Amino acid sequence: MCGIVGLHLKDETAHQPLGTHLAAMLDCMTTRGPDSAGIALYGAPPHTGGQRYSLRLPDEADAAEVARRAAAVLGAEVTVESTRPDGAVLVADGAADAVSAAILEAEADTVVVGYGHAIEIFKDVGSPREICERYGIAGRSAYQGVGHTRMATESAVTTDGSHPFSPAADLALVHNGSFSNYRTVRRKLEREGVRCVTDNDSEVCAQFIAWHMSRGADLEDALRMVLKELDGFYTLLVATADEFAVLRDSFACKPAVLAETDTYVAFGSEFHALASLPGIGSARVFEPMPEEIHVWRRGGCV
Amino acid sequence: MTVAEAVLDCGDLSTREINQRLRELPDGTAVRILEPWGRHNLAVGLTNRLDVRIEGDAGYFIGGLGDGPDVTVDGFVGWSVAENLMSGTVRVRGNASECAGASAHGGLLVVEGDASSRAGISLKGGTIVVAGDVGHMSGFMAQAGTVLVGGNAGHALGDSLYETVIYVAGHIASLGSDARVEALTDDDVRVVSDLVKTAGFDHVDPENVTRVASAKQLYNFDALKGQHY
Repeated sequence: MCGIVGLHLKDETAHQPLGTHLAAMLDCMTTRGPDSAGIALYGAPPHTGGQRYSLRLPDEADAAEVARRAAAVLGAEVTVESTRPDGAVLVADGAADAVSAAILEAEADTVVVGYGHAIEIFKDVGSPREICERYGIAGRSAYQGVGHTRMATESAVTTDGSHPFSPAADLALVHNGSFSNYRTVRRKLEREGVRCVTDNDSEVCAQFIAWHMSRGADLEDALRMVLKELDGFYTLLVATADEFAVLRDSFACKPAVLAETDTYVAFGSEFHALASLPGIGSARVFEPMPEEIHVWRRGGCV
Repeated sequence: MTVAEAVLDCGDLSTREINQRLRELPDGTAVRILEPWGRHNLAVGLTNRLDVRIEGDAGYFIGGLGDGPDVTVDGFVGWSVAENLMSGTVRVRGNASECAGASAHGGLLVVEGDASSRAGISLKGGTIVVAGDVGHMSGFMAQAGTVLVGGNAGHALGDSLYETVIYVAGHIASLGSDARVEALTDDDVRVVSDLVKTAGFDHVDPENVTRVASAKQLYNFDALKGQHY
């Protein structure tokens, strides 16, 4: 069992700070996943340009020093946008592979949790409420966010094993369920040069989607390929910089509730996660059908 | 005779407190449960003859294990409403999510909207009446009891059925393994007429429903030697 929540604003000025709502929704899903949690928030790009890198740093590391060393390796500017209890968000221009390599060279034990123009990722072990408090989620503005509460089944309870998984720029995947053939899919991806960094089944799915999108598929196509090639139980909530998508497996084994109003689309594994949202009483509440791909895009539903 | 009344507010009480208070109420009490907002496990395991009205949308397992009360939900419910119902009624004025009436041994579940997949899974003698549609794999391995679907049925209806009979007023997307359509008898028409009347529906013509029952090719109660049904 795991819990998933998500909030995508159609009116990006309404309901801010979005983190307040997402933190309450996540707290509500603690019963479904008490061991670890994570959140991806999508906000305005860095005002200096470039991409954000959400980093988990070793305890003794100094973010400014890591940025300085990474800049020296990269030969380009790397700045600290913010620091947080587990590390920092650095901003840099240039190819993500090169920036990530420079960061890892600057501080070998760093984990790049995610990167992109819009995304910032927070994940940790412990109760969802504590994690939201630790990272000040409730005060953070965003135009969309996804969150996950984990009850681990397929791999250990670690920060690396918690969701969201974000193997490509601005991509975030949260998953409720378990994949049964993920080792086979992982071997196929490895042959294509894709390297999974954890033992987690959900990471394989995220890498699978990222790989298809890197080869030109749009998010819907990539999700259709999940239906074809990944076997198991899943409700997936997948976000990109401008998309918010939901997919359930062929049997709809795992729960999913969507609520849509004029100003937002909200997702919850259970309805009561949505119950505190403004205007929920008059929202269109529905459960997606098996194998249906629902996608909302910034600026209108397609 | 005056009817005793009680009001329980989910905003003030935990689910456990609500169920404990319900359990302590005398037979015949009319109880209003306010502000459920998707709360799970309300009015579960009650054996007293209450009239429980849940005023809003509720969560999982509403009215489950009931053996006496009449529970009405003025809204939609999550998974497994009236699961393992023994007697009494559960009426949902909105839609029900998956596994509505799962394993119900007795009593009556009425869903005035649609029910999602696996409605009536493993039904063991209860009665389920859905005004609208039911989702895929409804009636899966249902052993006894009756299901009436006022709308359409999803894929794999009645897969691995035993003695449960399913009536469908609308279209059936597909039958599951070992389920078959059978001719409607006068008894069937009487059963459906009673169900329609009890549920208060006016959109189902008892003479124009499809009867689905077990073809009994997979039906086997002798898997263990000496076991008889």
